[in-house]
Amino acid sequence: MISRFLPHPLLSLTLAIAWMLLVNHITVNSIVFAVILGVVIPVITRPYWPDMPRLRHPFRVVEYIFVVLYDIVKANVEVALIVLFKPNHALRPAWITVPLDVRSPEAITTLAGTITLTPGTVSCDLSANGRAILVHALHAPDPAAVRDSIKQRYERRLKEIFA
Amino acid sequence: MTHELPLWGEITVTIFLVVAGLFALVGSVGLVKLPDPITRLHAPTKATTLGVGGVLIASMVYVFANEGRVSMHELLITLFLLLTAPISALFIAKVHLHLRERPDTLPEAPDSVGWAGYAADGPARGVRDVPPPEPGTTDTTI
Repeated sequence: MISRFLPHPLLSLTLAIAWMLLVNHITVNSIVFAVILGVVIPVITRPYWPDMPRLRHPFRVVEYIFVVLYDIVKANVEVALIVLFKPNHALRPAWITVPLDVRSPEAITTLAGTITLTPGTVSCDLSANGRAILVHALHAPDPAAVRDSIKQRYERRLKEIFA
Repeated sequence: MTHELPLWGEITVTIFLVVAGLFALVGSVGLVKLPDPITRLHAPTKATTLGVGGVLIASMVYVFANEGRVSMHELLITLFLLLTAPISALFIAKVHLHLRERPDTLPEAPDSVGWAGYAADGPARGVRDVPPPEPGTTDTTI
């Protein structure tokens, strides 16, 4: 019963909250409409989610968001310092292959987005069988350390979040 | 609604605006200074995130100090920004992979299956005739 009307409770909640944020003030009208959107959109789009991702630990998501936000601020400062004070010939850009343990497309997408948003790294490509990400680093004297920190900091957490 | 902010509001808004402006400026400086397209990509994707983020925080503080309510639009803008920035970065990176690199200038993918961008449908039209610059040399084509 609940799976028929709320096939994806987290998506419903996200949609409702996003609508409330768009409206920007809380009235009965907007709450009713948020609930309608939260119920209707997941039902209509149900056929497009053949394998619904399951979040094993929804609260780990909050922890993950704060870790990433902190790293974004750190990334900005680091990249700014490199841009301002490091001469181009001292830069050590590097291509890094990050082998993946996570398999679900949602987890890989999240990881790739996180890599792009954080310290001096951009995710560029996926291997043809989806088991590794190609990452470009702006300044990586030690590529292995960058790879290990990506696996330790983000992939380990994502593995816990996505079942 | 008045345009008189309390002192703490003015100071906080100013600090966030100045910091945001600095980071946006550094991002643009990086765009000019860094040697080739793929390293240039790093400056705007990072520095601009914090630049825009700072402006949005300043906006939230301003609305709170001015009208005493919490404005949530900024959180949504941040969310959309964080969702879209990696996608445009990925597009530029893909273009770089096809225009300036070949599979043999990149590290080998594990299981020797190759990278998905090259596996799709053979070489992109007309772009592989130009050899990519030697690694380590300055790219003068752009």
